[in-house]
Amino acid sequence: MLSDYIATVLGAGWISLQLAFISLVLAVVLGLLGALCKRSGSRVLRFMVGVYTTVVRGVPDLVLMLLIFYSFPALLNQWFESMGSMYTVEFSPFVAGCATLGLIFGAYMTETFRGALQGIPHGQVEAAYAYGLGRVRTFRSIVLPQMIRLALPGFTNNWLVLVKATALVSLLGLQDIMFRARGAAEATGKPFTFYLLAGGFYLAITVLSLGVLVWVGRRYSMGVKELSR
Amino acid sequence: MSWDVIADNFARFLDGAQLTLLLTVIALGIAFTLSIVLALLRDSPRWWLRHMIGAYTLVFRGTPLLIQLFLIYYGLAQFEMLRQSFVWPWLSSPLICVLIAFVLNTTAYTTEIFAGGLRHLPPGEIEAARAYGMSPWTQARRILLPAMLTRSLSLYGNETIMMLHATSLASTVTLMEITGVARNITLNYYIQFEPYVTAGALYLLLTFVLVGAFRFAEWRWAAYLQPRRG
Repeated sequence: MLSDYIATVLGAGWISLQLAFISLVLAVVLGLLGALCKRSGSRVLRFMVGVYTTVVRGVPDLVLMLLIFYSFPALLNQWFESMGSMYTVEFSPFVAGCATLGLIFGAYMTETFRGALQGIPHGQVEAAYAYGLGRVRTFRSIVLPQMIRLALPGFTNNWLVLVKATALVSLLGLQDIMFRARGAAEATGKPFTFYLLAGGFYLAITVLSLGVLVWVGRRYSMGVKELSR
Repeated sequence: MSWDVIADNFARFLDGAQLTLLLTVIALGIAFTLSIVLALLRDSPRWWLRHMIGAYTLVFRGTPLLIQLFLIYYGLAQFEMLRQSFVWPWLSSPLICVLIAFVLNTTAYTTEIFAGGLRHLPPGEIEAARAYGMSPWTQARRILLPAMLTRSLSLYGNETIMMLHATSLASTVTLMEITGVARNITLNYYIQFEPYVTAGALYLLLTFVLVGAFRFAEWRWAAYLQPRRG
């Protein structure tokens, strides 16, 4: 009986992970774009990315989530209504969750990637151009591998915070591990047991991620370690 | 648009902001003191003490604050013994539960930040203090604490902003801080846009104030750590 509940709660961990992974992909894309914009020559682009990272990092995750889940569709619907259209928009909790977390961590990733890009000497890019490498090839073979090494500590940190932030989406009604834990807690009258179970799940993901990312870090800093010895 | 609703209820938003600030200040104040002690003991020669503090920070930094809050507010009711005891009136109050969760959470982060600041201290400074014959207590007061606090100032600034933002979770256990007020107004007036935008703007304003305060503090106390210019 209790084990059934435990299985349902842990089964919903998959939803949490899906949410985390999709948000991470979105965040990395936004972060790369943001970092490239911040390093670009255009003042307008730099200013716009600056406003984005400042606003997103200045508002709590929960409030931003409520803004995207409730306020943004409300605004769109008001606009549609004034246009005389009957069309109404509504986001599912999953979509709103991905959008919010992607947006929030895109801002953090922008800062991480920008810092990493700054750590790569510009001469290397110039040398690559001088050898006749194209822009894409230069980015892929010269800039990206070094950027991964330099961005990894910040990236790890962002990922760990992102995984924990997915718990907030349960407040919008997404049936993730937190939501199911709450359901099981109410059904069985054992709230401590089930919240502890959910907590254990997040802790396991954290410890596992740290292990994987330490391994990746070792792999990408191989050349550097040999040089410094 | 119904901004007049916001104007009518602006006093409630101000009350909410007051509670938000109160929660932030109390949680940070208690956590600051606890973290200094824990950070000094974090690399203690006693292995069990080191491991216990390490386990505490890992658990509280590795799980969502929302779960910690629910474990304390809803979870503790599972234990009959606790419900019969004299502490129950406190433990069933949302305000106390929120503060316990916030303090435990932010202390874990702050301990690691302060301990990290300590690890970057050149060993020569401690050796010099010993050579001058300073007692461990004087060493802590004159050398370790100032170095620890100035070196971790910018990271600690981030943590205070995180704490300010984390207070929005208090709305999930019925407290009427900024987010709670916004949620309440959306439910009462059936408007989804204006209250959350107002809440977001208030948080943004408070964040800017904090960022400004820490910039000043860094300029005032941590300037000696910056590379020299010119």
